[in-house]
Amino acid sequence: MIAESMYQELILEHYKHPQGRGLRDPFDAEVHHVNPTCGDEITLRVKVDEGKVLDVSYEGQGCSISQAAASVLHELATGSTVEESLGVVDEFTRLMQGRGQVEADEDVLGDAVAFAGVAKYPARVKCALLSWMAYKDAVVRSA
Amino acid sequence: MFDVDLIRKDFPVLSRELPGGRSLVYLDSGNSSQKPNQVIDTMRDHLAHHYSNVGRAHHTLGAESTAAYEDARDVIAAFVGAPSRDEIIFTKNASEALNLVAYAFGNPIATDERFRVGPGDEIVISEMEHHSNIVPWQLLAQRTGATLRWFKVTDEGRLDLDDLNDLVNERTKIVSIVHQSNVLGTVNSVSPILARAREVGALMMLDASQSVPHMPVDVTELGVDFVAFTGHKMVGPSGIGVLWGRRELLDAMPPFLGGGEMIEAVWMDRSTYAPVPHKFEAGTPPIVEAIGLGAAADYLTGIGMADVKAHEKALTGYALDALGEVPGLKVIGPRTNISRGGTISFTLKNLSGDDIHPHDVGQVLDDAFGIAVRVGHHCARPLHLRFGIPATTRASLYLYNTTDEIDALARGLHHVQKVFG
Repeated sequence: MIAESMYQELILEHYKHPQGRGLRDPFDAEVHHVNPTCGDEITLRVKVDEGKVLDVSYEGQGCSISQAAASVLHELATGSTVEESLGVVDEFTRLMQGRGQVEADEDVLGDAVAFAGVAKYPARVKCALLSWMAYKDAVVRSA
Repeated sequence: MFDVDLIRKDFPVLSRELPGGRSLVYLDSGNSSQKPNQVIDTMRDHLAHHYSNVGRAHHTLGAESTAAYEDARDVIAAFVGAPSRDEIIFTKNASEALNLVAYAFGNPIATDERFRVGPGDEIVISEMEHHSNIVPWQLLAQRTGATLRWFKVTDEGRLDLDDLNDLVNERTKIVSIVHQSNVLGTVNSVSPILARAREVGALMMLDASQSVPHMPVDVTELGVDFVAFTGHKMVGPSGIGVLWGRRELLDAMPPFLGGGEMIEAVWMDRSTYAPVPHKFEAGTPPIVEAIGLGAAADYLTGIGMADVKAHEKALTGYALDALGEVPGLKVIGPRTNISRGGTISFTLKNLSGDDIHPHDVGQVLDDAFGIAVRVGHHCARPLHLRFGIPATTRASLYLYNTTDEIDALARGLHHVQKVFG
């Protein structure tokens, strides 16, 4: 039962009860990202004011990992500063691309540390990163 | 006498253990099939004792390698009922075979009227094609200004031939259709489309990647002009595919790739070309792969393709029944076991009626039960768009699969519904 280590309770919880889902106004940038190998997609908006992330809203379809990752992203980024949030994105990316060999910094990642198990599944890393890469893109465009 | 237990013993991987002590349930042969000892041993023996380049090495090993490579061509010609061995072109895969034909059209070098394509001309494919039978024709349309048209697919997953006479008309240059769908399992009826193509003077190609491995296919009986298939889906190695074409058409077509061995004579400013099949086999070919493919065809012939088909038909009926009893499971494709092969794609909901994403289905099946299925759009995105779904889970059966494995799949799907309930 290797899968149970990937499908952490917290991931399933976010999947079943996604936080902040739905596209909202106002927003400064909207991006649409897809994962061409599996058809997962996300539309994501950010509202930024004076370096502070006021809202991250999104709509998408995909597997539990991609949907839960977007939900966790919403929770972590909303209310933080752009700079802080991009630091979390970098740490999350480092964890996901670490092939399961990277020790996650729980202080930086918070709930996102639950995705550590995904890093061992190369085919699923893109699912976890989809919304996070979309967020990074949206923040750049909002500037 | 077809004996699945004996057949399984030929495939070493089927008895391996996966990490965590899981046994393997391989239901992904439509993606790529496993290999029997007969293929592995033939390739190993050739590499160990006979290997050299083919065609251009004038020594003992060169002669042995060339003989083995050309013998494989004879085996493949016989396997698909080709009238002549020279009509069997080795490619690297079915995609290359399809591209080879697509690039013969609209090429200024081609003087034959049948391969001239320009604005006003039409190319006909279908909505149920693999990307490899879509993109080469899109590229041809873009290069030449021709119009790409396609058959639609019915809700049951059959080709909709209502528009046949409109779709295939005097402007049509080629119709290229899949023989057996890699998603729906549908086996398409070739004759009505071919009859119409002949009526209007269009050529016809079949993507037989999913049919040649699973049923007796005779290109002469089919009566089409080109057939593409691939080695790795028919217990052969990857890196080798086949184009069969009518000799007269192959002769009329321009070369595809230029290079070694495809020439007759070369000057600095021009070349003349080798006769088929070598005209289309530029460069050192996948030698050991071709020989392995010959061994694969011999293996399947030894078992009997009619028996392979019968085994898969029985398994497919069993699987359709078993999956039909999983609540929230919807088969995308024919639900009756008629004119369909052992490729079964489906969507799955949990017991509350929410969709479970195929990635999650496949992950739990693999990690908890060692069941290998394919998840995603299976290189047929337009077909998934037609059904309004982003992806499916696909179980694809072959000669070595058993009813026990289908039972395991059904049990696994119930477990998936609990995890994502």
